[in-house]
Amino acid sequence: MSASPVRPHQHDENECGRVLTHLSDYIDHKLSPELCEELEAHLAECENCRVVFDTLNKTLYLVHQLRETPPKLPEAVEYRLFAVMKLEQFIPKKQK
Amino acid sequence: MTGIEIDLDIYPDEAALLKGLKRGDPEACACMIKQYAPRVYAIAIRMVNDPDEAEEVLQETFISACKNIHKFEGRSALGTWLHRIATNAALMHLRKRKNREVSLDAPVEMHGGEDVYREVQDWAFAPDDHAMNSETRDVLEKAISELPETLRTVFILREIEGYSTEETANILGISVSAAKVRLHRARLRLRESLAPYFTQPA
Repeated sequence: MSASPVRPHQHDENECGRVLTHLSDYIDHKLSPELCEELEAHLAECENCRVVFDTLNKTLYLVHQLRETPPKLPEAVEYRLFAVMKLEQFIPKKQK
Repeated sequence: MTGIEIDLDIYPDEAALLKGLKRGDPEACACMIKQYAPRVYAIAIRMVNDPDEAEEVLQETFISACKNIHKFEGRSALGTWLHRIATNAALMHLRKRKNREVSLDAPVEMHGGEDVYREVQDWAFAPDDHAMNSETRDVLEKAISELPETLRTVFILREIEGYSTEETANILGISVSAAKVRLHRARLRLRESLAPYFTQPA
C-alpha cells in the first residue's frame, strides 16, 4: 500500500482544531447549517483536515463492518455455556 | 461446522422460539444460545477486554435471560433484549473492577489539546474494494481494545452495537454531551491507531 503525499498545512492550528472539534457532529449530520457551511469551506481549502475527515470516515466504515461479522465463539466457551445452562445433552459425548 | 450442532429449524420463527423458551423447553434454550451467543460474546469481550470475564458475562446473560424470559414482552427483538442484558452485565463487571484508574462516570474534559491529530497521510484504502479480511479485523479489534475504558464503552455501544448517542448516554449513566465528547475522542484515537497500518508502503 502506498500513501498519497499531502501538501504542507495552509491554516493556523487554531482554525483546524476548531474544525476538528465539529467533525463528529458533521459526520453524524448534527451540525447547524451555518457551521456546516463553515466546515465545508475549510475542508475545501485545507488538505490536512480533508485527509483527517476522509480517514475518519474510512475508520467508521471498517468498524461498522464488524457489526455484520461477530468474532467466532470459542468451542470450549460454548461447551461450558451449555454445561452451565444444564444443557449437557447437547454437548458431544467426547467433550463432556 | 464446529462446536455444538443444533437444528435451528425446530422453531420456525422468533414467536415459536419464545413460546418454547417460556415453556422451558431445553431445545428452545439451546437454539437461543446457538443463535445469539456469538454476538453476546462479542459485545462482552469488547466491553470488558478480558476473555475470562467475557465468559462470565456470557453465562450471566443467558442465565438472566432464561430466568426473566416470562417478563420479555416482545416489544423489541429477542437479540436486542439479549444485547441489553449483556451490556448491563458487562458494565457491572467494569464497575466492580478494583484499582481502575478512571471511573466510568468520571467527568470528561470538554475541550482541550487532546483532539490534535498527528497522522495526516491519506490511506491507500478504498472501501468498495476492501473486504474485511482477518488481518484487518485483528488490527481493528486490537485498536478498539486499546482505547481507554471510558472511550471504549461509548464507542462500542454507539458504533458497533448501534445505539443512538442518547441511548448510549442513558445506558452508561452519563450526560449526552459527555457521550458525544467521548465518542469524538474515541473516533479520532482509533483513526490515529489505524493510520500506520493503512499508510504503510506495500
